[in-house]
Amino acid sequence: MKAILDFLTLIDRRIIYSILIFSIIVPLFLKPSLPTRPTQEVIDAYNAVESLKEGDVLLISTDYGPSAYPELQPVYEVVLEQAFRKNIKVLLMTHWQFQGLIVGVNGIEKVAKKFNKKYGEDYLILGFKPGVAGVMVGLSEDFRNVFPNDYYGKPIDSYPIYKQISGDDGVLNYKDIDLLFGFEAGATGDFWVQIVQARYGVKMAFSVTAVMAPGYFPYYQAKQVVGVVGGLKGAFDYESLAKKKGLASLIMVSQIPAHTIILLFILLGNIGFIIRRIIK
Amino acid sequence: MIWDILGIWVAAFLTLAILSFIFGDNPIYKLAEHIFVGISAGYGVILALNQAIWPSIQMGLMPSQHFFIKFMTIIAILLGILTLIRLEIFSYIFPSLVWLSRVPIAFVVGIGSGITIVASIQGFIFPQVSATFLPVLSPNYTIDFSSPLNFLNSLLSVIGPFVILLGVITALVYFYFSTEQRGILLGIAKIGILIMMITFGASFGYTIMARFSLLISRFYFLLSDWLNLLK
Repeated sequence: MKAILDFLTLIDRRIIYSILIFSIIVPLFLKPSLPTRPTQEVIDAYNAVESLKEGDVLLISTDYGPSAYPELQPVYEVVLEQAFRKNIKVLLMTHWQFQGLIVGVNGIEKVAKKFNKKYGEDYLILGFKPGVAGVMVGLSEDFRNVFPNDYYGKPIDSYPIYKQISGDDGVLNYKDIDLLFGFEAGATGDFWVQIVQARYGVKMAFSVTAVMAPGYFPYYQAKQVVGVVGGLKGAFDYESLAKKKGLASLIMVSQIPAHTIILLFILLGNIGFIIRRIIK
Repeated sequence: MIWDILGIWVAAFLTLAILSFIFGDNPIYKLAEHIFVGISAGYGVILALNQAIWPSIQMGLMPSQHFFIKFMTIIAILLGILTLIRLEIFSYIFPSLVWLSRVPIAFVVGIGSGITIVASIQGFIFPQVSATFLPVLSPNYTIDFSSPLNFLNSLLSVIGPFVILLGVITALVYFYFSTEQRGILLGIAKIGILIMMITFGASFGYTIMARFSLLISRFYFLLSDWLNLLK
């Protein structure tokens, strides 16, 4: 009995790691096709982008780094594909210094190339500015106050896209933004909602990491945001709505066995723990 | 092309180096860790200078700029310089001037608080409180019997608002310390603990999901981009 209890409660971590790695690698080779039923939050986020018309302005904020890449980049690329397919003007910015710029710029250049979109005409990379709340308040007056120059150091009002989207007054601010799509691995999305949505009524949707997802669902429930895409499952749902087999769909196949193994080990450990307590 | 291949090999090496922590702290892991910290810090400093500090100074001090803007830019530059006094090297050379570094920090704290306190009340507390109470005050009791899944969904949408309200009230009662918690108050507080435990469990589950996503994507990168085994 003691041997069984020891086995249940003191499993060598190398055994756990080996089984986990096996459970991750095998499905990647087998590539089973997974059925999915996208949740309403994801469907609403997808429809928010789909409902934009030609010439509308989509502001994207890539507030994440490589550590959130598998969860957010698939959604980011699908959103860009939706936007470029419908000839929506895209503005890209980040509050996440170099990390947000790396993932953001790489993604938009990759998708823009695929759709033959021109920089300065179809999309504009505003870049990074520190001071999250201050930046958001500053953008409400004039984007040029915060981003006088774009990512490449040229004045943003020298590009054709600026003239097209800034309206008759020549001032670009939140009134010209039709949808804000935030990609959040931290609390920046809270600022977007609490400052920009609450004060300026900007329509917004978010794709967030699984860690952050529980904090964003209350905004959706309160109708402060139009949609939330949470974690890899959300990304997988989003790709399935776009009928795309991207990174999220490719790696989601390993998520299920890995979670099952973890649940099994938690169960085994707890059974052992309870039996040991009963015997004592 | 050659740079792409080199990049993949470097990324693969660094991924394996970080994963080698599974065998405990080791020099390969340390090397990868130091490379990451060094590159991040260096790139971050250059980017901050290039994207934020220098363009702001340039724009603020343009000859065509209004005098007030120029004046405010100079104040901002001075505040930025005062922040540098906080560096350890300056605190050794001019220990009596270190207090000056508190001035820019006071600005940041003041402005930050000013913006976020209002935002929290306007954009978080009020909408969340109304979203907690309104569905209960104007409930939708329509149950869909067309299929088991629709039945379950509609049932949850009826019960959901009451569960949320119960969770909010009981959790608030748990944090009510103005009087000793006993009797009915203790019972409600215990429900609050239970609700919070469920919330923490859900958050922890989501955290595990996030970490696994990252691990799986690294394995996918190694097998696909590096070893080219996933055709």
